[in-house]
Parts: sequence; C-alpha cells; structure tokens
Amino acid sequence: MSAGEQEPHWLTERTRDTSADDLHGDLHTEHQILNMGPSHPASHGTVKFVIELDGETIVNIDTQVGYLHRGFEKECESGTWYQAIPYTDRLNYNSAILCNLGYCMAVEKLLGIETPERCQWQRVMAGELARIADHLTRCGAACLELAAMTPFLYGIEARELTWDLCEMLCGARVTSNYVRIGGVKHEMPRDFPARCRDHIAKIRGLLADFDEVVTGNRIFVDRLRGTGIISREDCIRYGVTGPILRSVGVALDLRKQEPYLTYEQIDFDVPVGSVGDNYDRFLVCVEEMSQSLRIVEQCLEALEKLGPGPVNVDDPRVRWPAKGRVFNRMEELIQQFKSVTEGPRVPAGEAYFALESANGELGFYIVSDGSAVPWKVRCRPPSLINLQPLPLMVKGSLLADLIPTFDFVNMIGGECDR
Amino acid sequence: MEDFGSLALRRLLEAMPAAVHGTHAQVGDATALVRAEDIVPVMRFLRDTQGLEFDMLTDLTCVDHFGETPRFEMVYHLYSVAKNHRLRVKARVPEEKAHIDTLIPVWPAANWLEREVWDMYGIRFHGHPDLRRLLLYEEFQGHPLRKDYPKEKRQPLVGPGN
Repeated sequence: MSAGEQEPHWLTERTRDTSADDLHGDLHTEHQILNMGPSHPASHGTVKFVIELDGETIVNIDTQVGYLHRGFEKECESGTWYQAIPYTDRLNYNSAILCNLGYCMAVEKLLGIETPERCQWQRVMAGELARIADHLTRCGAACLELAAMTPFLYGIEARELTWDLCEMLCGARVTSNYVRIGGVKHEMPRDFPARCRDHIAKIRGLLADFDEVVTGNRIFVDRLRGTGIISREDCIRYGVTGPILRSVGVALDLRKQEPYLTYEQIDFDVPVGSVGDNYDRFLVCVEEMSQSLRIVEQCLEALEKLGPGPVNVDDPRVRWPAKGRVFNRMEELIQQFKSVTEGPRVPAGEAYFALESANGELGFYIVSDGSAVPWKVRCRPPSLINLQPLPLMVKGSLLADLIPTFDFVNMIGGECDR
Repeated sequence: MEDFGSLALRRLLEAMPAAVHGTHAQVGDATALVRAEDIVPVMRFLRDTQGLEFDMLTDLTCVDHFGETPRFEMVYHLYSVAKNHRLRVKARVPEEKAHIDTLIPVWPAANWLEREVWDMYGIRFHGHPDLRRLLLYEEFQGHPLRKDYPKEKRQPLVGPGN
C-alpha cells in the first residue's frame, strides 16, 4: 500500500465525552499535590507548603519550616553574653527591639538586676513602637497579598514613621541593637518627645485612612470573615498565644498577666475577638496598634514627669563605668578592660523570661555555667508555635483562604527558624 | 501565703514522690526534676489536677550538659491559662539511651518542638508519629546543638548534581 492510500481516519467516529451532564455527575478525580513555596510571592515568609488538594479544597497540608535557619543558638553559645544581642535583632526583624528586650531581661533575671525607672519607661516606649511596626507589617502585607495595594502603602508609610523614631533612639531602623543588659544604648535625644508626638498624630491619621479603606471593605471582609477559624481549646492545646489566642476570646496578654517593666502603671486595654477567624485577628491587631500609641504617649508623659536620670544600671558587672572614673582610677580601668574583652559573667543557673511580643509569648530560656559565655540560649519562638496548628485552620477550606490565614499567623522566618 | 509555684511542687511531690528527684525555685522559677520514665504521668497529673491546671505547654527544649552523666536534660515549660502560673519540669536523659516518651497525647504542641529537639540534639521520642527533622534537611549529618558538634563543621553538598 502506498503512502497516499491510508485508511481514512474519521474524527466523527470517535466517542467523545463532552456532554455537559458529566459536570453534575460524580466524577472520579484524584487528589492533587501542590507545592507552594519556599519562596512564594503571596506568603511573606520563607516557608514551604505541600498541599493535598481535592479540586480547590485543602485536604491536607504539610508545613515545612527551616529555610531561614542560621544557627542562632549555636552562635550564641560561642560568643559572650553581649554578643548575642545583635543576633536577637535578626529573630523577628519586624519588632527587633522586643527580641532584644526579651533576651536582655532574661539575662538580667539571672543576674538579679533591676533597671532604673527611666530605662524601664524608655524600654516600654521603644517596645510599643516596635509592636506597632510589626502589626503594620502584618496588616499591610495581608492587604497586599489579597491584592489591595493602597492600604499596604498606608501601612508601610506609617511603619516608616515608627522606624524614623527607632532611628532617633538608636541609630538603626530595622536591626536596632538598642537594649543592653542592664539598660538601653543611651538616653533618647532631646527633641525625641516632640518628634514622637508629631509622628503619633501622623500614624493615627494613616491608621484612620487604612481603616476607612479596609475595615468596612466588602471584598476584604469577605476574604477574612469565616476563614482560618480555630477553636479556643485547640489554641490552648497547641500553645498558641498572641493575637490569634486573643481572637478566640482569651484575654491573655503577658503585659497584663505578668506585668513587667512599668506596664502595671500604664492604662491600656486588651482587645479580644469572639469567633477566632481572620477578621477577628485583623481587628485585634488594628485595635492593639491604637492601644500601643496610647502607651507610647503615657511613656512620654511619664518620662517628662520623671526628669533626667540614668538609663543604665550602675553595676560594674554589666555596664561600663563612667569615663571620668575609668581615666582616673585603676580599678575602674581594669573593669572597663574586662567589660570590653569578655563582658559580664552570669551566675550559674537557669532562668526563663517571657514577654508579650507582637506575635505572642516570646520567651528566652538561658542556662549559664557561671562563665562569660552562655551555655544555652533558647528562644521560644511564637511564630513557630503559632504556625503549627495551621492545618486545623485551613483543612476543608479553599486554597485561596490559605493566604489570609497564613498572613495573620504572621510567621516571621527569622524567628520561626532561628 | 504559699506562692503557686511551691504549691504546685508540693502537690506534685505528695502525689508522685517516686517520680520527683528534686525541686528548686532559682530566681523565682519553680522547677521540678523528674525521672524520665515518668514524664507522661507527671505531665498528665499537672495538666488534669484541679487547682494546678497547666493547660499549656509553652516550650520544650533540651540542654546538653556535655561531660556530665546523664548528659542530656529535657526542659519543659508549662503555663496555666486558667491560673496564670508557670512551672518548669526537667528530666535527665542519658547519652547511651537518648530517648524519652512523647508528650503529643498530652499536648499536641509537643509535636514540632520534639521534632526540633530530635533535629538539634538527637533525642528520640517514643510514640512520636512523625519524627522528621524540623529545621534542617534530611541529609544533614549529626545534631548541631550537641556540644561536641564543632560550629565550623562543613556538611556534604546535597541536591542535584552532587
């Protein structure tokens, strides 16, 4: 048979399954595995999800963390107690000051040091500015990832203002390295209170704009309401803290439960939600920002009332002696030399200190063998522990709901993976 | 008035004297040192006893006391949401039998934290359903937070082409 004499192949004779009835029938479908991440534009955090999908519904999800592991604990165990402070900046880089603070206060607890009152007010103030920056990032980025660019820019503009203030306090915007064992880096600049009040007013304005664009926005609310729900019992069994726990109605805030620094003297409210969905989390964060602004204002007032004073504890174990004494006395000169070369020696033992960070309970468990080098520095990362029950929040929901849920878990890679 | 930490320690000692080696409250942190074999019953007691109600496992980690025997120490931090109090429970684990029972049946929060301890310290957890490494990758050799793991140690390259 020559090439031109092939049997004709009639398309019309093929059986074709194009009947629309099949769409309503029970089709045999297989679950699909979708890899999302580790670097995905809709997740602000380096994390990989292996998602089992039935159509668009999430059947199962495996969260794989660790992409940002830098060996925080191992590094801390090879430097002095002071050299660990810059590493704590890199835990939660949205609110670095709170991480500095948690570590330094754990060391102070083991040393038995009480910081001066002026230092405590400044720490509270700086910590609340960091909390605002963190919440702004969370809420702003959540909007961006739900395709709302404008509120993201409002949020980032407000965050810039908090970073300006942070820069005034310590010279750095993001990696602050502000808090010291037994104090803070230095007294705030003289024009700080005026600039801070000015910026608070601007931040309030931006938050109002943000609120107007987003909080009542039908599209935004529909994406958040009823998604990512977790129950109160599951939160507690999984050790979840922070805005997620408060969104289910548990008013657990360590600033109230275990008041540290000067929080006992400060008037502020702890907002709680009722349903425990993403919308509640969003509202809790927005309200916490205005509460934090209130706290900053109270700190400024208290600092003015308090008048000038030391911001560092006068303890030669942890802080350098005053220069006048160093240059005139032998003992202080030796002390300065020892402080610079090896830093403080922390008494043998263990201590755990936890504070309320923007994500929940940020704890530091430190173990000392009495030397100038930490034996162990454990960071209890709220991001990691809050991320663990993510499957409970998203199983059975649409793939698209994973995005806002993950946004409001606010996993920060640096702190989660350390 | 007796503070909550010492109350919790006293009640634990009364209920399970054989399981508790000792207690201390350095810098105000109430701590119980318990036998590793009894970790699950001790935790169940602390969680379920009226008046203690440690409903939250805040943190779980390990310390390598290199040079001492037993070498490892599991450290659990508990918190009571209902009572707003804390307790630390520790259990020593020897190097040659580096394993302890999992706490997942008591608190599911233990899952990832135990995986992290396995990853970093090489402690195995009996009954853990999914004891994979958490932060590092499967091909990683060794357990880096052990004190005899040198900080500068290099790992073999993994991935396509290696």
